[in-house]
Amino acid sequence: MANTQLIALERDERIAAAAGRLSLTRREFLQFCAALATTLGLPPGADAAVAEAVATKRRPSVIWLHFQECTGCTESLLRAEHPTLEKLILDVISLDYHETLLAAAGHQAEAARLAAMAENKGQYILVIEGAIPTRNDGIYCKVGGKTALELTHECAADAAMVIAIGSCASWGGMPSTDPNPTGAKGVAEVLGKPVVTIPGCPPNPYNFLATVVHLLTFGKLPEVDHLGRPRFAYSRLIHENCERRAHFDAGRFAMEFGDAGHRQGYCLYKLGCKGPETYANCSVIMFGDAGAGTWPVACGHPCIGCTEQGVGFHKPIHSLAKLKSIQPSVFLPRIVEEQGSGASLGAAALLAAVAGAAVGAGAMLTRNLGLSHQAEELEKAKQNPAQADASTEV
Amino acid sequence: MSSPQHARPAPVGGPLFNTTTFVCGVLIALMAAILFARFLFGLGAVTNLNDGYPWGIWVVVDVVIGSAFACGGFSVALLVYIFNKGQYHPLVRPALLASLFGYTLAGVGVIFDIGRWWNFWHIFWPAYSNPHSVMFEVAVCISAYILVMWLEFSPVFFEKFGMRDAKKKLNKVLFFLIALGTLLPMMHQSSLGTLLVVMGTQVYPLWQTPIVPLLYLLSAITIGYGVVLFESCVAASAYRRQIETRLLEPLARIMLGILSVFLLVRFGDLAVRGVLGHAFAPTLKALMFWLETLSFAAPWLLIGSLTARRNPARLFLAGVAIMLGGILLRLNGFLIGYDTGPGWSYFPSVGELLVTFGMFAIEVLGYIIFTRRFPVLPRAEAAH
Repeated sequence: MANTQLIALERDERIAAAAGRLSLTRREFLQFCAALATTLGLPPGADAAVAEAVATKRRPSVIWLHFQECTGCTESLLRAEHPTLEKLILDVISLDYHETLLAAAGHQAEAARLAAMAENKGQYILVIEGAIPTRNDGIYCKVGGKTALELTHECAADAAMVIAIGSCASWGGMPSTDPNPTGAKGVAEVLGKPVVTIPGCPPNPYNFLATVVHLLTFGKLPEVDHLGRPRFAYSRLIHENCERRAHFDAGRFAMEFGDAGHRQGYCLYKLGCKGPETYANCSVIMFGDAGAGTWPVACGHPCIGCTEQGVGFHKPIHSLAKLKSIQPSVFLPRIVEEQGSGASLGAAALLAAVAGAAVGAGAMLTRNLGLSHQAEELEKAKQNPAQADASTEV
Repeated sequence: MSSPQHARPAPVGGPLFNTTTFVCGVLIALMAAILFARFLFGLGAVTNLNDGYPWGIWVVVDVVIGSAFACGGFSVALLVYIFNKGQYHPLVRPALLASLFGYTLAGVGVIFDIGRWWNFWHIFWPAYSNPHSVMFEVAVCISAYILVMWLEFSPVFFEKFGMRDAKKKLNKVLFFLIALGTLLPMMHQSSLGTLLVVMGTQVYPLWQTPIVPLLYLLSAITIGYGVVLFESCVAASAYRRQIETRLLEPLARIMLGILSVFLLVRFGDLAVRGVLGHAFAPTLKALMFWLETLSFAAPWLLIGSLTARRNPARLFLAGVAIMLGGILLRLNGFLIGYDTGPGWSYFPSVGELLVTFGMFAIEVLGYIIFTRRFPVLPRAEAAH
């Protein structure tokens, strides 16, 4: 880490120049670098290092290959609403080959790829987007007459590092869904060695950007887990930081789309949300770059687990997630409280029958008491006529 | 017979198995089956309770009304021991027996209604209890009273099983227990009314007043005498015994006196608060108010005169009327005049009703067994 003091960059011309290139004020540029450093989970001072690296480092050459995919990963990078994201990406990297963005076409385009590979041999970054078909020698996906398999091996041979972007490149993703007719596989499996994976459908562009900036700043890739996913982005379950988590703990669940619970923003677990078994930072840094509260779960749709092999494109969207960390309490309130439905026929009949029996018994008892009293009074009157009074009434 | 020395209680004797005890047994078995489901599957499986009506008849009838009906022991003890009217002593034991059952079952009945019933002991545990709560006062006071009453009643067991020494020892401290036995009901019968005060504006103005504790206490004492009238008439009729009219007549007069105080306070309060107008609105609540008032006023019509008070049929009806008034006062306050907001409604389920009937069946069965086998009722002077 070259610089750990933001103050040291106070009058740095290079910072001002970088901000100018990105049509940002100097303050906005530094804020952005600090946000990136935070996303990466870096210690204080890293913001200065990131800013300096972004402003000064030589841009690494990037070769970007598309295979079995929808270009959604690229789209999510380019369509990001954040005013500087695509500018920054194109500023920090030298995108020498990208089939979607390339102005050149046909043999000219392939020539550009080969030229960049030769020029930056052992230096360039290979980014692969899309799954690689392997069945029948991979004839299901060809670019410039070469299969995806051949291109992968060819480009990876001299690359400084390989990044698999999106779920398709990470493990096969959607094209590898059963019965997987093309034998689609992820990059790591095809190359037979671990690569950095940024899964997601599409992945959050900031996770890709932060990975590249980490490389730029520190000269190495961020720490990754056993699946090659950067730990700064994929070490925690979506469930852990979900804004609806309080509803899960309180047992307030949406039971169907548009019901009372769904309208009140209750937990989507029972609609099949895969947040409890999916590792990603969507619930922390949001998604879609359109401001707060704009990621799938916040919008009211259950997470489909797109970053998790064996969950996304594998489990039905509305099947329940496997709870990895916590079980909901068994003492849960209902979503819609019953308000009572008045008297049932049986209850009313039972009450009336018992009341009737009580009245009947009381009447009989009163009658008997009255009769015996009358008899007693008559007896008394016979014995002592003077005491006879009007008390013989019943 | 009117002096305590001559009114030695004796078991009535006779068979324990007859139609009444059989019906009681069936009702108790039904209750047990429903309670089994309730404790296994929760309140929701058996009751019609909801968030708007978290208390149903298990609390209002079994506990609030049940304990008011059980005030016979308290009311008679008040008369005999505090006002030193020894001539009523023969009424003490049967009244105490009814109270004993009423209160013990009310105490047990609360557990049926507690959602997490296994935590019921928390209220007695200093670390868990909240001494500032009305419920705490009611719970602790009723529990204490149940204990005191069993001790007060224990001479019956000592006599039955010939434990003279124990009876002698108990007699030395009995005065203290009796004093407690008249103090405690005053505390919790008024606190049962305070429960309504706590509910604030959710209770209809006809039943919501700052003096509701006084109303509940006065009505409880009145009901206590009403229950004694009722119970004496029913016991005499069922066991074919002489009715103690000579005792019941002056007792009924005392009851009328307290009843008039109650009615004065009741209507005075309504007038002072200016809510009498609610009684003339065309609503179910107004109708229930008038039914309640008529029940409380009926004894004046039934046993207003001395000759009428000598007629057991009229004494019985007056007792029933007072009890009905007590039922309605509590039912109106806690359920009918209780409104927690739009949409909420409550009517007891068949299961709830059967449990409540079962509770009363236990009382009746217990009363029969105890009076037939233990020295409770005064020895019949002239059995015919």
